[in-house]
Amino acid sequence: MISATLLGQSVLSGFFAGCLYALLGLGLTLTWRYLKVINLAHFAFVLIAAYLTFQLVGKNGLNPLLVAVILIPVFFLAGVAQQALIEHYKVNEFASIILTFGFAMIAEAGLQWIWSADYQKLEAHYMRGSLQVAGLFLPISDIVMSLVAISLCVMVWAAMRYTWLGKALRASLDNPGIAAAFGVPNRKLSYLVAGASGASTAIGGIFVALLSTLAPSQIFSWLGVVFAAALLGGLGSPIGILAAGILLGVSEHVTMAITAPSWAPVVPFTLLMVILLLWPERI
Amino acid sequence: MGAQTARLRRDWSPYAIAIAFIGFALLPAFKPPAFVESFLYLLFFWIALATSWAIFSGFTGYVSFGHGAFYGAGVYTLANVASHYSFWWGLIAAGLVSATLGVAIAAIVFRTRLRGELFALLTLALAIVLATIILNTPVDGGPGLYLIGVSLPNFYGSPASTLYLLIMCVGMMSLATAWFVQQSKLGRGLFAISDDEDVAEILGVPTYAYKLIACGISSALAGIAGGIHAVFVNYVTVSGTFNLEVPLFVLLMSVLGGARSWIGPAIGAVFITLLNNLFVSGDYALLIRIGIGLTLVLTTLYMPEGIVGLFHTSWRRKALPLTGSQTPSGHADAPLAASIAPARQYQPTGETLVRLEDISLAFKGVRALDGVNMEVRKGEILGLVGPNGSGKSTLINVMSGFYKPDGGRIFLSGENITALSGHLVARNGIARTFQIPRPFGRMSVLDNVIVAAMFGSEQLPERAARERAMHYLGFVGLDTRAHALPSDLNLHQRKFLELARALASGAKLVMLDEVLAGLTPSEITSAIAMVRRIHSADTTIVFVEHNMRAVMELTHRLVVINQGKVIAEGDPRKVMQDAAVVAAYLGTSDAED
Repeated sequence: MISATLLGQSVLSGFFAGCLYALLGLGLTLTWRYLKVINLAHFAFVLIAAYLTFQLVGKNGLNPLLVAVILIPVFFLAGVAQQALIEHYKVNEFASIILTFGFAMIAEAGLQWIWSADYQKLEAHYMRGSLQVAGLFLPISDIVMSLVAISLCVMVWAAMRYTWLGKALRASLDNPGIAAAFGVPNRKLSYLVAGASGASTAIGGIFVALLSTLAPSQIFSWLGVVFAAALLGGLGSPIGILAAGILLGVSEHVTMAITAPSWAPVVPFTLLMVILLLWPERI
Repeated sequence: MGAQTARLRRDWSPYAIAIAFIGFALLPAFKPPAFVESFLYLLFFWIALATSWAIFSGFTGYVSFGHGAFYGAGVYTLANVASHYSFWWGLIAAGLVSATLGVAIAAIVFRTRLRGELFALLTLALAIVLATIILNTPVDGGPGLYLIGVSLPNFYGSPASTLYLLIMCVGMMSLATAWFVQQSKLGRGLFAISDDEDVAEILGVPTYAYKLIACGISSALAGIAGGIHAVFVNYVTVSGTFNLEVPLFVLLMSVLGGARSWIGPAIGAVFITLLNNLFVSGDYALLIRIGIGLTLVLTTLYMPEGIVGLFHTSWRRKALPLTGSQTPSGHADAPLAASIAPARQYQPTGETLVRLEDISLAFKGVRALDGVNMEVRKGEILGLVGPNGSGKSTLINVMSGFYKPDGGRIFLSGENITALSGHLVARNGIARTFQIPRPFGRMSVLDNVIVAAMFGSEQLPERAARERAMHYLGFVGLDTRAHALPSDLNLHQRKFLELARALASGAKLVMLDEVLAGLTPSEITSAIAMVRRIHSADTTIVFVEHNMRAVMELTHRLVVINQGKVIAEGDPRKVMQDAAVVAAYLGTSDAED
């Protein structure tokens, strides 16, 4: 039997991992639901932002906050540009997988070209150290990341729930023609969603750079678990992906603690399969 | 579209496959340089995987990320079985295990009506779970497996040639299977599923069984290819087997080449394998990957149907002027000639064709149908009317087997058909049209109707189905548009296409769901005439309609539904004066009641 501390620590690290899944998946779930774009390039955006952070903070010594101020608008525009391309060529949901996979491949090769295929770690003094509560370690960087992830998810949820934005988006999803007749600016809305999703990759990328080691191949290693979180939480639901992300993260880390680390993927994906099969209408 | 091309010109494909097979089989005899054989090995390996993927995913449109799992199951089955028994037993076991896995997964997954993207995710999850299980159990155990002591059969005196020959056979077998499936009834059914699965089922396509069969064929071929590849790499690991390479590359190759065609995935495989292997030196590796990425982007934007699609497009452009020269209005009037037919030649026999007993159905607590009792008599035109949302369309959906009622029973000619799935109801002779036409969008008008004739109550073979289809296209005045795509038709013509499909199925009972909605007055006149002509051909009709002029003109009996209940039934004129019916349509006249 494992100790309570080990269990508590693995629940905690699972919680942090889950918040990162939510942060990386928030934009993905929104564009999938509302724009019908299954955006594999989302993770490429995240990694590009992470490498830029690695370069600007680690090599050029800029403050991460300043990097955020630079990267967020740039990635907002990149998201808009990709959406403009998709709308101009009327790329459907299925084809969007292939299109954005193409982008992701180009990005992976490009990253490898510039920064090599080796693992790299940002060495900086930001957000070092950890708090110790009741025998458990809480790394400050993870706490900050989780707070950002949770507040972003809640803010997006509130915006969708309490402003005209959510209503307009749902109307536009239901019937673009009728929505337009009632004055919903479909195209501007889709650019807003795509741009916001792009901006979220910048934030995600900065934290990925601060928290973990980088390798270009990570573009594809995030894919499975973040997709699972997006679908488990219900497509387009900011609170859903947060809850599902945490559920997946905790179940992964607890499995690792109880059995061997190599068993980790079984629990979340079995969970996903069971939910898909028993309650397909839930998703 | 591929099937059409094949019929217009003579189809040389099977001969081409046979000649290519013989040529490639004889190749090692000429002692080609070693790199030729190893390149061709990889080429046929990918042709086998991509083509087998397309047999299920390309043809049905259900994108699977699980092909890596089926392939990997083959790899590990052979690695385990061949060490203890022989290579051939290992290969047979690899095919069987993968096929079983594929059919089992499909059988579980398709019990529920799972949306396409959820299916894709589920198969991705399957691959990850399978990999984790293999890694942590004695199947692999962690460090990987060496295939020592597996004795290969010996062809041309070298293991390399033998492996090449084996994988070439699997590649060619996949191509031949894909060609055969595409030409067959199975293929027509799969394409129908891909375009509109619900309609396919209602027209008589056994969608569940077909998906299982296709998934079984697809995974068996992937398993066999995996088994041979296990010997080729000689040392198998979980991370080397179950990565994203297989599922993503087969998707890329199929999409690049054209996933709805038997040859498309192979073309994509040739293209990508060439790109991947032409410049093997490390300096170019990154450039090649950028090249592949760009190819994907440009293919999606400029050739959404893949390389094969380019040929079809050019063929269609040539073919269209021949068939598209007629103005759409020209044949809309054709049925008018028959509208002088006798108004009511129906002699009531009183014989019951369909009887509904106490049918109920609720959606999330809303009672859409609440104890409906009614019957359809043989040879009549039964009008089914009621306010919007009264349950008419739900009733049609229940009668055609699309929805299962929560309670009650349905009898067709005395036989209980309540529990039958949609395709069996169709085979028993019930057909319907959709209020908003739902043609198979990527099939020609003719192919749309052929599906109905092949899968309907008479299960006609292809040639007879084609004649039947042309007959009914002529009947509704669409024969000159037989090779057009449904998107080239106007609403009126698409509604007539729905009719042609329902009729070609050979149904005893045709249910028409608001065929007149959205038509202009002159189109309505011709549609009414059409309904009369159908009726005079000895078909019983259930006519759901809001247009009361048409209802009063056409129907022998009327059933009025309101809030899921039958509120009146009988002679149309009397029924329409019934107080309850007037109240349902116009509202209750308050206090006086």
